[in-house]
Amino acid sequence: MNAAPSSTYFSAPPDWGWLIASYFFLGGLAGGCYFFAALIDLFGRPEDRPLAHLGYYIALPCLIVSGMLLTLDLGRPLRFWHMLIESNTYRPMLKPWSPMSAGSWALLSFGAFTFLAFLAALAEEDRLAWAPRVRPPGLVGVLIAVIGGMLGVYVAGYTGVLLAVTNRPIWSDTPLLGMLFVVSAASISAAAMILLSHPSRATMPGLAALHRIDSWAVALELLVLIAVVISLGPVMRAWLNAWGLVLFVGVVVLGMLIPLALYWRRESLGDRTPTAAAALVLVGGFILRVVIVFSAEGV
Amino acid sequence: MPEPMGFYTDTTVCIGCKACEVACKEWNQLPSTNGGVNTLSGDSYDNTRRLDGTHWRHVKFVEQFPEDRKDGRWLLMSDVCKHCVQAACLEVCPTGAIIRTEFDTVVIQSDVCNGCRDCISACPFGVIEVNPVSNTAQKCTLCYDRMQGGMEPACSKACPTQSIQFGTISELRARAQKRVDQLHQIGEKRAYLYGADEKMLGGLNSFYLLVDKPEVYGLPPDPKLPTRNLRSGALFSIFGAILIGVIGILNFRNRGAGDRDETRP
Repeated sequence: MNAAPSSTYFSAPPDWGWLIASYFFLGGLAGGCYFFAALIDLFGRPEDRPLAHLGYYIALPCLIVSGMLLTLDLGRPLRFWHMLIESNTYRPMLKPWSPMSAGSWALLSFGAFTFLAFLAALAEEDRLAWAPRVRPPGLVGVLIAVIGGMLGVYVAGYTGVLLAVTNRPIWSDTPLLGMLFVVSAASISAAAMILLSHPSRATMPGLAALHRIDSWAVALELLVLIAVVISLGPVMRAWLNAWGLVLFVGVVVLGMLIPLALYWRRESLGDRTPTAAAALVLVGGFILRVVIVFSAEGV
Repeated sequence: MPEPMGFYTDTTVCIGCKACEVACKEWNQLPSTNGGVNTLSGDSYDNTRRLDGTHWRHVKFVEQFPEDRKDGRWLLMSDVCKHCVQAACLEVCPTGAIIRTEFDTVVIQSDVCNGCRDCISACPFGVIEVNPVSNTAQKCTLCYDRMQGGMEPACSKACPTQSIQFGTISELRARAQKRVDQLHQIGEKRAYLYGADEKMLGGLNSFYLLVDKPEVYGLPPDPKLPTRNLRSGALFSIFGAILIGVIGILNFRNRGAGDRDETRP
Protein backbone atom coordinates (compact mmCIF):
# COMPACT_ATOMS: atom_id res chain seq x y z
CA MET A 1 0.00 0.00 0.00
CA ASN A 2 2.91 2.33 0.75
CA ALA A 3 4.11 2.51 -2.84
CA ALA A 4 0.72 2.79 -4.55
CA PRO A 5 1.22 4.09 -8.12
CA SER A 6 -1.94 6.19 -7.89
CA SER A 7 -4.24 7.70 -5.28
CA THR A 8 -6.97 5.48 -6.71
CA TYR A 9 -5.48 2.55 -4.79
CA PHE A 10 -7.07 3.67 -1.50
CA SER A 11 -10.67 3.23 -2.66
CA ALA A 12 -12.80 0.11 -2.14
CA PRO A 13 -14.09 -2.28 -4.81
CA PRO A 14 -17.86 -2.04 -5.52
CA ASP A 15 -18.23 -5.79 -6.25
CA TRP A 16 -19.54 -5.29 -9.75
CA GLY A 17 -19.19 -8.81 -11.11
CA TRP A 18 -20.57 -11.09 -13.81
CA LEU A 19 -23.94 -9.36 -14.03
CA ILE A 20 -22.30 -6.02 -14.78
CA ALA A 21 -19.69 -7.44 -17.17
CA SER A 22 -22.52 -9.23 -19.03
CA TYR A 23 -24.54 -6.02 -19.10
CA PHE A 24 -21.58 -4.11 -20.57
CA PHE A 25 -21.50 -6.74 -23.34
CA LEU A 26 -25.25 -6.88 -24.04
CA GLY A 27 -25.70 -3.11 -23.70
CA GLY A 28 -22.89 -2.68 -26.23
CA LEU A 29 -24.59 -5.14 -28.58
CA ALA A 30 -27.97 -3.43 -28.25
CA GLY A 31 -26.53 0.03 -28.87
CA GLY A 32 -24.19 -1.01 -31.65
CA CYS A 33 -26.72 -3.13 -33.55
CA TYR A 34 -29.31 -0.35 -33.41
CA PHE A 35 -26.68 2.15 -34.57
CA PHE A 36 -25.67 0.07 -37.60
CA ALA A 37 -29.32 -0.69 -38.40
CA ALA A 38 -30.04 3.04 -38.35
CA LEU A 39 -27.05 3.72 -40.62
CA ILE A 40 -28.36 1.13 -43.12
CA ASP A 41 -31.83 2.72 -42.94
CA LEU A 42 -30.52 6.23 -43.46
CA PHE A 43 -27.59 5.76 -45.84
CA GLY A 44 -27.76 2.20 -47.12
CA ARG A 45 -29.12 0.49 -50.19
CA PRO A 46 -32.80 -0.48 -50.26
CA GLU A 47 -31.87 -4.15 -50.75
CA ASP A 48 -30.03 -4.07 -47.40
CA ARG A 49 -33.13 -3.26 -45.38
CA PRO A 50 -33.53 -6.84 -44.11
CA LEU A 51 -30.12 -6.38 -42.50
CA ALA A 52 -31.40 -3.27 -40.71
CA HIS A 53 -34.37 -5.31 -39.47
CA LEU A 54 -31.89 -7.84 -38.09
CA GLY A 55 -30.11 -5.09 -36.16
CA TYR A 56 -33.37 -4.01 -34.53
CA TYR A 57 -34.28 -7.63 -33.79
CA ILE A 58 -30.98 -8.09 -31.92
CA ALA A 59 -31.18 -4.77 -30.07
CA LEU A 60 -34.51 -5.26 -28.28
CA PRO A 61 -33.88 -8.60 -26.53
CA CYS A 62 -30.34 -7.54 -25.59
CA LEU A 63 -31.69 -4.36 -24.04
CA ILE A 64 -34.44 -6.17 -22.13
CA VAL A 65 -31.92 -8.62 -20.67
CA SER A 66 -29.63 -5.65 -19.87
CA GLY A 67 -32.34 -4.05 -17.78
CA MET A 68 -32.94 -7.29 -15.93
CA LEU A 69 -29.22 -7.76 -15.22
CA LEU A 70 -28.90 -4.22 -13.88
CA THR A 71 -31.96 -4.60 -11.65
CA LEU A 72 -30.77 -7.95 -10.31
CA ASP A 73 -27.37 -6.49 -9.48
CA LEU A 74 -28.87 -3.87 -7.13
CA GLY A 75 -28.74 -4.53 -3.40
CA ARG A 76 -32.45 -3.69 -3.34
CA PRO A 77 -33.80 -4.62 -6.80
CA LEU A 78 -37.34 -3.41 -6.11
CA ARG A 79 -35.94 0.09 -5.69
CA PHE A 80 -34.64 0.21 -9.29
CA TRP A 81 -37.01 3.12 -10.01
CA HIS A 82 -35.17 5.30 -7.48
CA MET A 83 -32.68 5.89 -10.34
CA LEU A 84 -35.41 7.76 -12.24
CA ILE A 85 -37.81 9.15 -9.64
CA GLU A 86 -36.85 10.66 -6.30
CA SER A 87 -38.49 8.24 -3.89
CA ASN A 88 -39.48 10.74 -1.21
CA THR A 89 -40.69 13.59 -3.42
CA TYR A 90 -41.73 11.68 -6.59
CA ARG A 91 -39.93 14.23 -8.70
CA PRO A 92 -37.68 13.16 -11.60
CA MET A 93 -34.15 12.26 -10.46
CA LEU A 94 -31.42 13.30 -12.89
CA LYS A 95 -27.79 14.27 -12.33
CA PRO A 96 -26.30 14.87 -15.80
CA TRP A 97 -22.78 14.78 -14.35
CA SER A 98 -23.28 11.29 -12.90
CA PRO A 99 -22.97 8.73 -15.73
CA MET A 100 -25.10 6.21 -13.84
CA SER A 101 -27.90 8.71 -13.41
CA ALA A 102 -27.79 9.98 -17.01
CA GLY A 103 -27.31 6.40 -18.22
CA SER A 104 -30.48 5.25 -16.46
CA TRP A 105 -32.50 7.80 -18.40
CA ALA A 106 -30.66 6.91 -21.61
CA LEU A 107 -31.51 3.23 -21.10
CA LEU A 108 -35.15 4.05 -20.50
CA SER A 109 -35.51 6.24 -23.58
CA PHE A 110 -33.38 3.95 -25.74
CA GLY A 111 -35.71 1.16 -24.65
CA ALA A 112 -38.68 3.04 -26.07
CA PHE A 113 -36.92 3.61 -29.41
CA THR A 114 -35.74 0.01 -29.58
CA PHE A 115 -39.29 -1.20 -29.04
CA LEU A 116 -40.71 1.10 -31.75
CA ALA A 117 -37.99 0.16 -34.25
CA PHE A 118 -38.52 -3.54 -33.48
CA LEU A 119 -42.24 -3.27 -34.15
CA ALA A 120 -41.72 -1.22 -37.32
CA ALA A 121 -39.26 -3.80 -38.64
CA LEU A 122 -41.77 -6.58 -38.01
CA ALA A 123 -44.46 -4.54 -39.73
CA GLU A 124 -42.30 -3.93 -42.79
CA GLU A 125 -41.76 -7.67 -43.10
CA ASP A 126 -45.55 -8.14 -42.87
CA ARG A 127 -45.23 -10.22 -39.74
CA LEU A 128 -47.23 -7.92 -37.52
CA ALA A 129 -50.35 -6.45 -39.10
CA TRP A 130 -51.32 -3.96 -36.39
CA ALA A 131 -47.88 -2.44 -35.77
CA PRO A 132 -47.16 1.06 -37.13
CA ARG A 133 -44.85 1.00 -40.13
CA VAL A 134 -42.84 3.96 -38.92
CA ARG A 135 -39.84 3.32 -41.15
CA PRO A 136 -37.53 5.64 -43.06
CA PRO A 137 -37.82 7.49 -45.38
CA GLY A 138 -40.97 8.56 -43.53
CA LEU A 139 -40.30 11.47 -41.17
CA VAL A 140 -41.20 9.58 -37.98
CA GLY A 141 -39.11 6.65 -39.12
CA VAL A 142 -36.12 8.89 -39.80
CA LEU A 143 -36.48 10.47 -36.35
CA ILE A 144 -36.63 7.04 -34.70
CA ALA A 145 -33.51 6.00 -36.58
CA VAL A 146 -31.54 9.19 -35.86
CA ILE A 147 -32.42 9.74 -32.19
CA GLY A 148 -32.43 6.04 -31.38
CA GLY A 149 -29.08 5.56 -33.10
CA MET A 150 -27.53 8.35 -31.07
CA LEU A 151 -29.01 6.94 -27.86
CA GLY A 152 -27.64 3.54 -28.88
CA VAL A 153 -24.08 4.85 -29.08
CA TYR A 154 -24.63 6.59 -25.76
CA VAL A 155 -25.77 3.36 -24.12
CA ALA A 156 -22.81 1.51 -25.62
CA GLY A 157 -20.26 4.06 -24.42
CA TYR A 158 -21.51 5.63 -21.19
CA THR A 159 -20.55 2.51 -19.24
CA GLY A 160 -16.88 3.16 -19.99
CA VAL A 161 -17.24 6.78 -18.90
CA LEU A 162 -19.06 5.54 -15.77
CA LEU A 163 -16.05 3.41 -14.88
CA ALA A 164 -13.75 6.40 -15.44
CA VAL A 165 -15.92 8.61 -13.19
CA THR A 166 -14.93 6.68 -10.06
CA ASN A 167 -11.79 6.49 -7.98
CA ARG A 168 -10.92 2.86 -8.72
CA PRO A 169 -7.51 1.84 -10.09
CA ILE A 170 -7.38 1.21 -13.89
CA TRP A 171 -10.97 2.49 -14.41
CA SER A 172 -10.29 6.06 -13.37
CA ASP A 173 -6.63 6.10 -14.37
CA THR A 174 -7.47 6.43 -18.09
CA PRO A 175 -10.06 8.59 -19.89
CA LEU A 176 -10.24 6.13 -22.80
CA LEU A 177 -12.55 3.37 -21.53
CA GLY A 178 -15.64 5.06 -22.97
CA MET A 179 -14.03 5.24 -26.41
CA LEU A 180 -12.86 1.63 -26.06
CA PHE A 181 -16.41 0.51 -25.26
CA VAL A 182 -17.89 2.47 -28.19
CA VAL A 183 -15.44 1.00 -30.68
CA SER A 184 -15.76 -2.46 -29.17
CA ALA A 185 -19.57 -2.20 -29.30
CA ALA A 186 -19.18 -1.57 -33.04
CA SER A 187 -16.95 -4.60 -33.51
CA ILE A 188 -19.16 -7.01 -31.54
CA SER A 189 -22.35 -5.66 -33.12
CA ALA A 190 -21.08 -6.02 -36.67
CA ALA A 191 -19.93 -9.53 -35.68
CA ALA A 192 -23.32 -10.43 -34.20
CA MET A 193 -25.14 -9.20 -37.33
CA ILE A 194 -22.78 -11.24 -39.54
CA LEU A 195 -23.34 -14.35 -37.42
CA LEU A 196 -27.11 -14.05 -37.22
CA SER A 197 -27.83 -13.02 -40.79
CA HIS A 198 -29.73 -15.65 -42.71
CA PRO A 199 -27.62 -17.87 -45.05
CA SER A 200 -29.89 -16.86 -47.94
CA ARG A 201 -28.62 -13.30 -47.56
CA ALA A 202 -24.98 -14.27 -48.03
CA THR A 203 -24.82 -12.31 -51.26
CA MET A 204 -26.32 -9.15 -49.85
CA PRO A 205 -24.01 -6.14 -50.38
CA GLY A 206 -24.67 -4.99 -46.80
CA LEU A 207 -23.16 -8.17 -45.45
CA ALA A 208 -19.93 -7.55 -47.34
CA ALA A 209 -20.03 -4.02 -45.91
CA LEU A 210 -20.38 -5.50 -42.42
CA HIS A 211 -17.29 -7.64 -43.01
CA ARG A 212 -15.30 -4.55 -43.92
CA ILE A 213 -16.77 -2.54 -41.06
CA ASP A 214 -15.92 -5.27 -38.57
CA SER A 215 -12.31 -5.47 -39.68
CA TRP A 216 -12.01 -1.69 -39.43
CA ALA A 217 -13.64 -1.66 -36.00
CA VAL A 218 -11.43 -4.46 -34.67
CA ALA A 219 -8.30 -2.71 -35.94
CA LEU A 220 -9.45 0.55 -34.35
CA GLU A 221 -10.28 -1.28 -31.12
CA LEU A 222 -6.77 -2.70 -31.00
CA LEU A 223 -5.29 0.79 -31.36
CA VAL A 224 -7.56 2.17 -28.62
CA LEU A 225 -6.65 -0.72 -26.32
CA ILE A 226 -2.96 0.02 -26.85
CA ALA A 227 -3.68 3.68 -26.07
CA VAL A 228 -5.50 2.61 -22.88
CA VAL A 229 -2.48 0.62 -21.70
CA ILE A 230 -0.12 3.52 -22.45
CA SER A 231 -2.37 6.07 -20.72
CA LEU A 232 -2.47 3.95 -17.57
CA GLY A 233 1.20 4.81 -16.96
CA PRO A 234 2.52 3.21 -13.75
CA VAL A 235 -0.94 1.71 -13.02
CA MET A 236 -0.22 -0.64 -15.94
CA ARG A 237 1.40 -2.82 -13.25
CA ALA A 238 -2.10 -3.85 -12.19
CA TRP A 239 -2.30 -5.89 -15.40
CA LEU A 240 1.03 -7.67 -14.88
CA ASN A 241 -0.76 -10.79 -13.66
CA ALA A 242 -3.21 -13.43 -14.85
CA TRP A 243 -5.65 -10.72 -15.99
CA GLY A 244 -2.97 -9.25 -18.26
CA LEU A 245 -2.42 -12.69 -19.76
CA VAL A 246 -6.17 -13.16 -20.31
CA LEU A 247 -6.31 -9.71 -21.89
CA PHE A 248 -3.45 -10.50 -24.25
CA VAL A 249 -4.40 -14.04 -25.21
CA GLY A 250 -8.21 -13.79 -25.00
CA VAL A 251 -8.75 -10.27 -26.31
CA VAL A 252 -5.73 -9.20 -28.37
CA VAL A 253 -4.79 -12.52 -29.99
CA LEU A 254 -8.06 -14.46 -30.04
CA GLY A 255 -10.48 -11.54 -30.35
CA MET A 256 -8.51 -9.15 -32.55
CA LEU A 257 -5.41 -10.46 -34.34
CA ILE A 258 -6.85 -13.82 -35.52
CA PRO A 259 -10.17 -12.27 -36.71
CA LEU A 260 -8.22 -9.54 -38.51
CA ALA A 261 -6.13 -12.19 -40.24
CA LEU A 262 -9.28 -14.12 -41.17
CA TYR A 263 -11.01 -11.03 -42.58
CA TRP A 264 -7.82 -10.23 -44.47
CA ARG A 265 -7.50 -13.71 -45.97
CA ARG A 266 -11.14 -14.27 -46.77
CA GLU A 267 -10.55 -17.73 -48.29
CA SER A 268 -8.50 -19.32 -45.52
CA LEU A 269 -11.38 -21.32 -44.00
CA GLY A 270 -13.60 -21.43 -47.07
CA ASP A 271 -17.14 -20.09 -46.78
CA ARG A 272 -17.00 -20.11 -43.02
CA THR A 273 -14.14 -17.62 -42.70
CA PRO A 274 -16.21 -14.51 -41.84
CA THR A 275 -18.40 -16.57 -39.50
CA ALA A 276 -15.37 -17.81 -37.59
CA ALA A 277 -13.90 -14.32 -37.42
CA ALA A 278 -17.17 -12.85 -36.16
CA ALA A 279 -17.54 -15.52 -33.48
CA LEU A 280 -14.01 -14.81 -32.22
CA VAL A 281 -14.71 -11.06 -32.15
CA LEU A 282 -17.76 -11.68 -29.95
CA VAL A 283 -15.81 -13.90 -27.56
CA GLY A 284 -12.99 -11.34 -27.39
CA GLY A 285 -15.44 -8.51 -26.73
CA PHE A 286 -16.92 -10.38 -23.80
CA ILE A 287 -13.51 -11.25 -22.33
CA LEU A 288 -12.46 -7.60 -22.70
CA ARG A 289 -15.32 -6.47 -20.45
CA VAL A 290 -14.72 -9.27 -17.97
CA VAL A 291 -11.05 -8.31 -17.64
CA ILE A 292 -11.82 -4.61 -17.23
CA VAL A 293 -14.47 -5.23 -14.56
CA PHE A 294 -12.70 -7.92 -12.55
CA SER A 295 -9.08 -6.79 -12.77
CA ALA A 296 -9.94 -3.56 -10.92
CA GLU A 297 -12.09 -5.38 -8.37
CA GLY A 298 -9.07 -7.33 -7.20
CA VAL A 299 -6.65 -4.42 -6.67
CA MET B 1 -28.39 27.29 9.43
CA PRO B 2 -25.92 25.88 11.96
CA GLU B 3 -22.20 26.25 11.41
CA PRO B 4 -20.34 23.41 9.62
CA MET B 5 -19.55 20.72 12.17
CA GLY B 6 -17.04 17.88 12.10
CA PHE B 7 -14.26 15.88 13.71
CA TYR B 8 -10.62 16.70 14.37
CA THR B 9 -8.72 13.52 15.14
CA ASP B 10 -5.33 13.89 16.84
CA THR B 11 -3.69 10.55 16.09
CA THR B 12 -0.78 11.24 18.50
CA VAL B 13 -2.98 10.75 21.56
CA CYS B 14 -4.99 7.75 20.32
CA ILE B 15 -4.35 4.72 22.56
CA GLY B 16 -6.21 2.20 20.38
CA CYS B 17 -8.86 1.39 23.01
CA LYS B 18 -11.63 1.18 20.37
CA ALA B 19 -14.15 2.86 22.66
CA CYS B 20 -15.20 4.89 19.60
CA GLU B 21 -15.91 1.71 17.61
CA VAL B 22 -18.04 0.29 20.40
CA ALA B 23 -19.91 3.53 21.05
CA CYS B 24 -20.61 3.87 17.31
CA LYS B 25 -21.97 0.33 17.07
CA GLU B 26 -24.12 0.76 20.17
CA TRP B 27 -25.70 4.04 19.18
CA ASN B 28 -26.23 3.13 15.53
CA GLN B 29 -27.39 -0.39 16.39
CA LEU B 30 -24.84 -2.00 14.09
CA PRO B 31 -24.32 -5.76 14.42
CA SER B 32 -21.12 -6.70 16.25
CA THR B 33 -21.07 -10.44 15.71
CA ASN B 34 -20.15 -10.40 12.00
CA GLY B 35 -22.82 -13.00 11.43
CA GLY B 36 -20.97 -15.42 13.71
CA VAL B 37 -17.93 -15.49 11.41
CA ASN B 38 -14.51 -15.42 13.06
CA THR B 39 -12.84 -12.31 11.70
CA LEU B 40 -9.61 -12.37 13.72
CA SER B 41 -6.91 -10.93 11.51
CA GLY B 42 -4.24 -13.35 12.74
CA ASP B 43 -1.36 -10.97 12.05
CA SER B 44 -2.31 -7.80 13.89
CA TYR B 45 -4.02 -6.50 16.99
CA ASP B 46 -6.39 -4.82 14.55
CA ASN B 47 -9.29 -7.21 14.00
CA THR B 48 -11.67 -4.66 12.50
CA ARG B 49 -9.36 -4.28 9.48
CA ARG B 50 -11.35 -1.70 7.56
CA LEU B 51 -14.36 0.55 7.41
CA ASP B 52 -17.43 -1.09 5.90
CA GLY B 53 -21.21 -1.19 6.07
CA THR B 54 -21.25 -2.32 9.70
CA HIS B 55 -18.02 -0.64 10.87
CA TRP B 56 -18.40 3.12 10.66
CA ARG B 57 -15.42 3.71 12.98
CA HIS B 58 -12.19 1.76 12.63
CA VAL B 59 -9.12 2.25 14.81
CA LYS B 60 -6.28 1.59 12.41
CA PHE B 61 -3.23 -0.09 13.91
CA VAL B 62 -0.17 0.79 11.87
CA GLU B 63 2.37 -1.63 13.32
CA GLN B 64 5.88 -0.66 12.21
CA PHE B 65 8.22 -3.34 13.50
CA PRO B 66 11.43 -4.74 11.95
CA GLU B 67 11.93 -8.49 11.60
CA ASP B 68 13.92 -8.82 14.86
CA ARG B 69 11.37 -6.66 16.71
CA LYS B 70 14.18 -4.82 18.62
CA ASP B 71 12.72 -1.49 17.72
CA GLY B 72 9.36 -0.31 16.50
CA ARG B 73 6.41 2.00 16.83
CA TRP B 74 2.66 2.01 16.76
CA LEU B 75 0.67 4.54 14.83
CA LEU B 76 -2.97 4.54 15.86
CA MET B 77 -5.67 6.35 13.98
CA SER B 78 -9.41 6.23 14.42
CA ASP B 79 -10.63 6.26 10.82
CA VAL B 80 -14.07 7.45 9.78
CA CYS B 81 -15.93 9.06 6.86
CA LYS B 82 -14.20 12.34 5.99
CA HIS B 83 -17.46 14.23 5.30
CA CYS B 84 -15.75 15.97 2.36
CA VAL B 85 -17.01 19.42 1.40
CA GLN B 86 -16.75 18.25 -2.22
CA ALA B 87 -17.92 14.69 -1.70
CA ALA B 88 -17.28 12.11 -4.40
CA CYS B 89 -20.05 9.77 -3.20
CA LEU B 90 -22.66 12.52 -3.19
CA GLU B 91 -21.56 13.64 -6.64
CA VAL B 92 -22.20 10.28 -8.35
CA CYS B 93 -25.15 8.92 -6.30
CA PRO B 94 -27.88 8.36 -8.92
CA THR B 95 -30.81 8.04 -6.51
CA GLY B 96 -30.26 11.15 -4.43
CA ALA B 97 -29.88 8.93 -1.36
CA ILE B 98 -26.68 10.75 -0.38
CA ILE B 99 -27.36 14.24 0.92
CA ARG B 100 -25.53 17.12 2.55
CA THR B 101 -27.07 18.05 5.88
CA GLU B 102 -27.53 21.43 7.53
CA PHE B 103 -24.35 20.65 9.54
CA ASP B 104 -22.32 20.35 6.28
CA THR B 105 -21.98 16.60 6.83
CA VAL B 106 -22.68 13.85 4.28
CA VAL B 107 -25.39 11.29 5.04
CA ILE B 108 -26.74 8.26 3.13
CA GLN B 109 -30.51 7.86 3.49
CA SER B 110 -30.89 4.12 3.83
CA ASP B 111 -34.56 4.14 2.79
CA VAL B 112 -33.66 5.78 -0.55
CA CYS B 113 -30.45 3.88 -1.44
CA ASN B 114 -31.02 0.97 -3.83
CA GLY B 115 -27.58 -0.57 -3.50
CA CYS B 116 -26.08 0.31 -6.91
CA ARG B 117 -22.65 0.74 -5.25
CA ASP B 118 -21.49 3.63 -7.46
CA CYS B 119 -20.56 5.56 -4.28
CA ILE B 120 -18.31 2.73 -3.12
CA SER B 121 -16.13 3.02 -6.22
CA ALA B 122 -16.27 6.83 -6.08
CA CYS B 123 -15.10 7.38 -2.49
CA PRO B 124 -11.33 8.03 -2.66
CA PHE B 125 -10.94 6.87 0.96
CA GLY B 126 -12.69 3.48 0.68
CA VAL B 127 -15.14 4.44 3.44
CA ILE B 128 -18.47 3.14 2.10
CA GLU B 129 -19.59 -0.47 1.80
CA VAL B 130 -22.84 -2.38 1.67
CA ASN B 131 -24.41 -3.25 5.01
CA PRO B 132 -25.48 -6.91 4.66
CA VAL B 133 -28.50 -6.32 6.90
CA SER B 134 -30.08 -3.54 4.84
CA ASN B 135 -28.35 -4.37 1.52
CA THR B 136 -27.78 -0.65 1.07
CA ALA B 137 -24.57 1.37 1.15
CA GLN B 138 -23.82 2.70 4.62
CA LYS B 139 -21.23 4.74 6.46
CA CYS B 140 -20.77 7.19 9.34
CA THR B 141 -23.59 9.74 9.57
CA LEU B 142 -21.63 11.88 12.03
CA CYS B 143 -24.52 10.86 14.31
CA TYR B 144 -26.96 13.07 12.41
CA ASP B 145 -29.77 11.98 14.74
CA ARG B 146 -27.79 12.96 17.86
CA MET B 147 -26.74 16.28 16.34
CA GLN B 148 -30.34 17.14 15.52
CA GLY B 149 -31.01 16.65 19.24
CA GLY B 150 -28.11 18.88 20.23
CA MET B 151 -25.84 16.03 21.29
CA GLU B 152 -22.32 15.30 20.15
CA PRO B 153 -21.58 12.09 18.16
CA ALA B 154 -21.22 8.86 20.14
CA CYS B 155 -17.57 8.21 19.22
CA SER B 156 -16.15 11.57 20.27
CA LYS B 157 -18.27 11.44 23.43
CA ALA B 158 -16.75 8.08 24.30
CA CYS B 159 -13.12 8.88 23.39
CA PRO B 160 -11.17 8.88 26.68
CA THR B 161 -8.08 10.76 25.41
CA GLN B 162 -9.77 13.44 23.32
CA SER B 163 -8.11 12.03 20.24
CA ILE B 164 -11.48 12.48 18.53
CA GLN B 165 -12.78 16.01 19.02
CA PHE B 166 -16.12 17.30 17.81
CA GLY B 167 -17.04 20.92 17.16
CA THR B 168 -17.43 23.63 14.56
CA ILE B 169 -14.89 23.34 11.75
CA SER B 170 -13.45 26.82 12.34
CA GLU B 171 -12.87 26.15 16.02
CA LEU B 172 -11.44 22.67 15.38
CA ARG B 173 -9.01 24.03 12.79
CA ALA B 174 -7.70 26.64 15.20
CA ARG B 175 -7.32 24.04 17.95
CA ALA B 176 -5.56 21.62 15.60
CA GLN B 177 -3.12 24.27 14.35
CA LYS B 178 -2.22 25.09 17.95
CA ARG B 179 -1.52 21.41 18.60
CA VAL B 180 0.72 21.18 15.51
CA ASP B 181 2.69 24.23 16.70
CA GLN B 182 3.06 22.69 20.15
CA LEU B 183 4.29 19.38 18.71
CA HIS B 184 6.79 21.20 16.48
CA GLN B 185 8.08 23.10 19.54
CA ILE B 186 8.73 19.96 21.55
CA GLY B 187 10.57 18.36 18.64
CA GLU B 188 7.94 16.33 16.78
CA LYS B 189 8.64 18.08 13.51
CA ARG B 190 6.72 15.50 11.42
CA ALA B 191 3.32 16.55 12.75
CA TYR B 192 0.99 18.06 10.15
CA LEU B 193 -2.73 18.34 9.38
CA TYR B 194 -4.37 16.19 6.68
CA GLY B 195 -7.45 17.70 5.05
CA ALA B 196 -7.76 20.75 7.30
CA ASP B 197 -7.91 23.28 4.46
CA GLU B 198 -9.84 23.76 1.23
CA LYS B 199 -7.09 22.30 -0.92
CA MET B 200 -8.21 18.72 -0.29
CA LEU B 201 -11.71 18.16 -1.77
CA GLY B 202 -12.81 21.57 -0.55
CA GLY B 203 -11.79 20.56 2.97
CA LEU B 204 -12.40 17.41 4.96
CA ASN B 205 -14.94 17.98 7.71
CA SER B 206 -13.27 15.10 9.47
CA PHE B 207 -9.57 15.96 9.35
CA TYR B 208 -6.48 14.47 10.94
CA LEU B 209 -3.23 15.30 12.69
CA LEU B 210 -0.65 12.82 11.34
CA VAL B 211 3.07 12.21 11.97
CA ASP B 212 3.92 10.22 8.85
CA LYS B 213 3.04 10.23 5.16
CA PRO B 214 -0.69 9.76 4.44
CA GLU B 215 0.01 6.47 2.63
CA VAL B 216 1.40 5.00 5.86
CA TYR B 217 -2.03 5.46 7.41
CA GLY B 218 -3.74 4.09 4.31
CA LEU B 219 -4.88 7.55 3.26
CA PRO B 220 -4.56 8.76 -0.35
CA PRO B 221 -1.91 11.48 -0.71
CA ASP B 222 -3.93 13.21 -3.42
CA PRO B 223 -7.66 12.35 -3.30
CA LYS B 224 -9.65 13.64 -6.29
CA LEU B 225 -13.25 13.93 -7.42
CA PRO B 226 -14.45 11.24 -9.85
CA THR B 227 -15.95 13.78 -12.27
CA ARG B 228 -12.43 14.93 -13.19
CA ASN B 229 -12.64 12.24 -15.92
CA LEU B 230 -16.11 13.13 -17.17
CA ARG B 231 -15.25 15.67 -19.85
CA SER B 232 -12.24 13.85 -21.30
CA GLY B 233 -14.03 10.49 -21.12
CA ALA B 234 -17.07 11.87 -22.91
CA LEU B 235 -15.02 13.67 -25.59
CA PHE B 236 -12.97 10.58 -26.42
CA SER B 237 -16.19 8.51 -26.58
CA ILE B 238 -17.77 10.98 -29.01
CA PHE B 239 -14.59 10.86 -31.09
CA GLY B 240 -14.87 7.06 -31.16
CA ALA B 241 -18.52 7.30 -32.15
CA ILE B 242 -17.70 9.67 -35.02
CA LEU B 243 -15.00 7.32 -36.33
CA ILE B 244 -17.39 4.36 -36.22
CA GLY B 245 -20.15 6.42 -37.85
CA VAL B 246 -17.86 7.44 -40.71
CA ILE B 247 -16.67 3.85 -41.23
CA GLY B 248 -20.28 2.67 -41.19
CA ILE B 249 -21.61 5.29 -43.61
CA LEU B 250 -18.74 4.86 -46.08
CA ASN B 251 -19.33 1.11 -46.23
CA PHE B 252 -23.14 1.00 -46.19
CA ARG B 253 -23.89 3.86 -48.56
CA ASN B 254 -25.36 3.36 -51.97
CA ARG B 255 -22.57 4.71 -54.08
CA GLY B 256 -18.83 4.63 -53.90
CA ALA B 257 -18.27 1.66 -51.63
CA GLY B 258 -14.91 0.26 -52.73
CA ASP B 259 -15.59 -3.38 -53.51
CA ARG B 260 -19.31 -3.55 -53.40
CA ASP B 261 -19.54 -5.69 -56.48
CA GLU B 262 -17.36 -8.42 -55.06
CA THR B 263 -20.23 -10.36 -53.53
CA ARG B 264 -22.77 -9.59 -56.23
CA PRO B 265 -23.88 -12.60 -58.24
